[in-house]
Amino acid sequence: MTVSKKELDKVSECIERFKDKPGALLPLMHAIQDNIGYIPEDCYPQIAKAYNHSVAEVHGFVTFYHHFRRHPAGKNVLQICRAESCQSMGSEALEAHCKQTLGIDYHQTSEDNLITLEPIYCLGNCACSPAVMINDQVIGRVTKEKINNLIKKLK
Amino acid sequence: MSYKIYIPIDSTAKSLGANEVAHLIELKAQSRKIDLQIIRNGSRGLFWLEPMLEVETDQGRIAYGPVTENDIESLFDAEFFMGKAHPLCLGVTEEIDWLKKQERLTFARVGVIDPINIKDYEKHDGFKGLKKAIQLKPNEIVKEVTDSGLRGRGGAAFPTGIKWQTVHDVPSDKKYIVCNADEGDSGTYSDRMIMENDPFVLIEGMIIAGLAVGADKGYIYLRSEYPDALKVLNEAIETAKQNNYLGQNILGSQFNFELEVTRAAGAYICGEETSLLESLEGKRGMVRYKPPLPAIEGLYGKPTVVNNVISLATVPIILDKGAKHYADFGMGRSKGTLPIQLAGNLKKTGLIEKAFGITLRELLYEFGGGSATGKPIKAAQVGGPLGAFIPEAQFDMPLDYETFAKVNAVVGHGGIVAFDDTVDMSKMARYSFEFCAIESCGKCTPCRIGSTRGMEVIDKIKSGIDVEKNEKLLRDLSETMVDGSLCAMGGMTPFPVISALNYFPADFGLDKDLSKA
Ligand SMILES: Cc1cc2nc3c(=O)[nH]c(=O)nc-3n(C[C@H](O)[C@H](O)[C@H](O)COP(=O)(O)O)c2cc1C
Ligand code: SF4
Ligand code: FES
Repeated sequence: MTVSKKELDKVSECIERFKDKPGALLPLMHAIQDNIGYIPEDCYPQIAKAYNHSVAEVHGFVTFYHHFRRHPAGKNVLQICRAESCQSMGSEALEAHCKQTLGIDYHQTSEDNLITLEPIYCLGNCACSPAVMINDQVIGRVTKEKINNLIKKLK
Repeated sequence: MSYKIYIPIDSTAKSLGANEVAHLIELKAQSRKIDLQIIRNGSRGLFWLEPMLEVETDQGRIAYGPVTENDIESLFDAEFFMGKAHPLCLGVTEEIDWLKKQERLTFARVGVIDPINIKDYEKHDGFKGLKKAIQLKPNEIVKEVTDSGLRGRGGAAFPTGIKWQTVHDVPSDKKYIVCNADEGDSGTYSDRMIMENDPFVLIEGMIIAGLAVGADKGYIYLRSEYPDALKVLNEAIETAKQNNYLGQNILGSQFNFELEVTRAAGAYICGEETSLLESLEGKRGMVRYKPPLPAIEGLYGKPTVVNNVISLATVPIILDKGAKHYADFGMGRSKGTLPIQLAGNLKKTGLIEKAFGITLRELLYEFGGGSATGKPIKAAQVGGPLGAFIPEAQFDMPLDYETFAKVNAVVGHGGIVAFDDTVDMSKMARYSFEFCAIESCGKCTPCRIGSTRGMEVIDKIKSGIDVEKNEKLLRDLSETMVDGSLCAMGGMTPFPVISALNYFPADFGLDKDLSKA
C-alpha cells in the first residue's frame, strides 16, 4: 500500500501540530487517523524522527492500541459489541448474521468496500444490548431486521 | 404561549432514536404552529422508557415514554405539550417509582438539566462545593473527603481521601490530577452518563482535587468508544474557562487550573492506572511495577491523583453538603451511595443511585423487573469482566464491598449484567480467558500465555477429554494467574472463571451428582 502525496502532506501537518506537546503520540495518531483514515507504515520513520523515537517504538505504539488502523477501512465501519452484556442479549447470533450477510469476518472489508466489520468490547450502551456502532453512531437493541435496514441504508 | 419540552441527548437515548423523535417533534410543532421550546437534557437513566420526553407544567415535569416516531402524531393530538393524558404518559417524572426509590447525590442533576448550560448547572447547586473549597485550606478539603468515607469507584475501592493526602504531602514543583474515564467494564455506563449529561460536576470535582493537593493541571483520559462524551466535555471545558472556573486566578483566588481531554485508543488495560499513565505519556500501555505509587511518582514521575469519574464527580456534593451528609448513607465501611448500572438480560435496565446495602435481588427483580426474556435469572456478573458470576443462591447479599469480598466477588464500578437460564456458563468462562488474552499488556507470562491455555483447557473439558485431570489443571492455572500476575487483569480473570466452574459445574459437563453415582 503506497501513501499518496496528499496523505503524506496531511501526516506532516499533524506531526508539526503536536511537536511541542507532552505525550504527543496519542493525539498525533488520532489526528492522523481522523484525517486520512489510518496510520500508514510508510510514515513511521518521519514520526520517529520528529519525536525522537525509534521506528520500532512507533510501530510498537500503533500496534498496541486496538483503535489504530494500519490499513484503510471501507467507507463505513460497523463495530459489533462482543462484551458480556450484549452476549446476554444475543450478540453472538447478531455477529454470525452480520458476518454471513456481508460475507466477511472481523477485520475484513466487504468486496464493494462499503463496510469494514470489527469487534468492539462495550460501547457503554449495555442498558440496551445488543449494541453496535456504525461510524460514530451507537445503535441499541439491535435485531437482525434492524441491522439489515441499517446496512441497506448505507448502500 | 411557549411550551417547554425536554428530549434527552444521552447516547443511549439516541441509540433508541431520541434524535429522530426530537427532529419530528420540531417539524410537527412548526406545521401545527405550536410554539415549543425544545431542550436537550440528559437522560434520567430509565432506559426501558427511552426516548422519554418531559413537559414542564405547573405540577412539575410530566413524562411520556417510550416514544417512537409513530407516536408523535397522537401525542400532538392529545396536546401532550400541555401535560395532557396519553397512553404513553407516565405522570410526574419525580413520582415515578423507579426514580423515587433512589438516593441521587452524584446523579442529582443528571436528566434534569441541559448538560452544557452552565447557568442551568449553577442554578441546580453547581459550583457550590468549589466555592466552599476555595475558602478552606488544602488539608481541610482532604479531611472532608476522608471523613465522607468515599472510596474509589473505579474498582479497587481505595479511600479517596487517603490517596489525596499522600499527594498533598509530597512536596513537588508539579502535580497532576488524572481522571480515569476509560470505563472499559462491560455492563457499566455511569461514567459515560456523568460526562454526557452533567460534565460540569466532573470538572468541578477535578478543580477541587487540584485545590486539595496543589495540582494545577488535569487530564481526562477518555475511552475512544465515547465520541459524544468527548464533544460534551470539550464544550464544557471551554465554557468553564470563559466563566473563570478554569484558567488563572479561579474565582478571584490565587489558584490556577488547566484541564484537557486525552482520547484513549481502545485498550482495556489502559484503565489500569499505571498503564493509563504510560499511555498518557505517549507510550504503549504497559503496566508499571508498584511501588512507587502514582500518588508519589505518577505522570512524568510527578505526584498524581488518579481517580475514577464517579469518585471525582462525587466530591462536589461532599464539599457542598458536608462529609457527614454523605457518610450517613450506606452500611459498614461502604459509605455513601453507588451509581448502580443494570444491564444485560433485564426488563428494566438503567441507572440506580442507591445507598450501599441494597440486595442484588431487589435490584434484579424490583428495579430490574426480572429478565427481559421472562426466563429465570441464572446468574449476574457484578463488577465487569474481572468480577465473579453470582448465582441465585447469593442474590440476597447486600451490595457492600466487604460482603462481596467474602465470597470472592467484587462490587467494582457497580455494573450488573444479568443472564437468563439459556446462558452456558462454560462459554462465559471461556470468554473471560479470551478477553484476557486479547487485552493483556503482555508483561507477565501467566496472564499472557495462561489466558490462552485456559481457553484450551476449557475446550478439552467440554469435549470430555481427561476431564478430571483438566479440571484440576484449570484450577492450578487459575491459581498461578492469581499469584503470578502484576495487575488485576491476569490476577482477577480467574474470578469469573472459577465462580462459573464452582456454581455451574453442569455447564462444563461436570455434573457432580452424576459423577458420584
Ligand atoms: C485491568 C484493569 C482495568 C481497569 N479499568 C478501569 C477503568 O476503566 N476505569 C477506572 O476508573 N478504573 C479502572 N481500573 C482501576 C484503576 O487501576 C484505579 O484503581 C482507579 O482508576 C483509581 O481510581 P478510584 O480510586 O477513584 O477508583 C482498572 C484496573 C485494572 C486492573
Ligand atoms: S497481569 Fe496481564 S495485563 Fe496485568 S501487567 Fe501482567 S500481563 Fe499486563
Ligand atoms: S456490553 Fe455491549 S455495550 Fe456494553
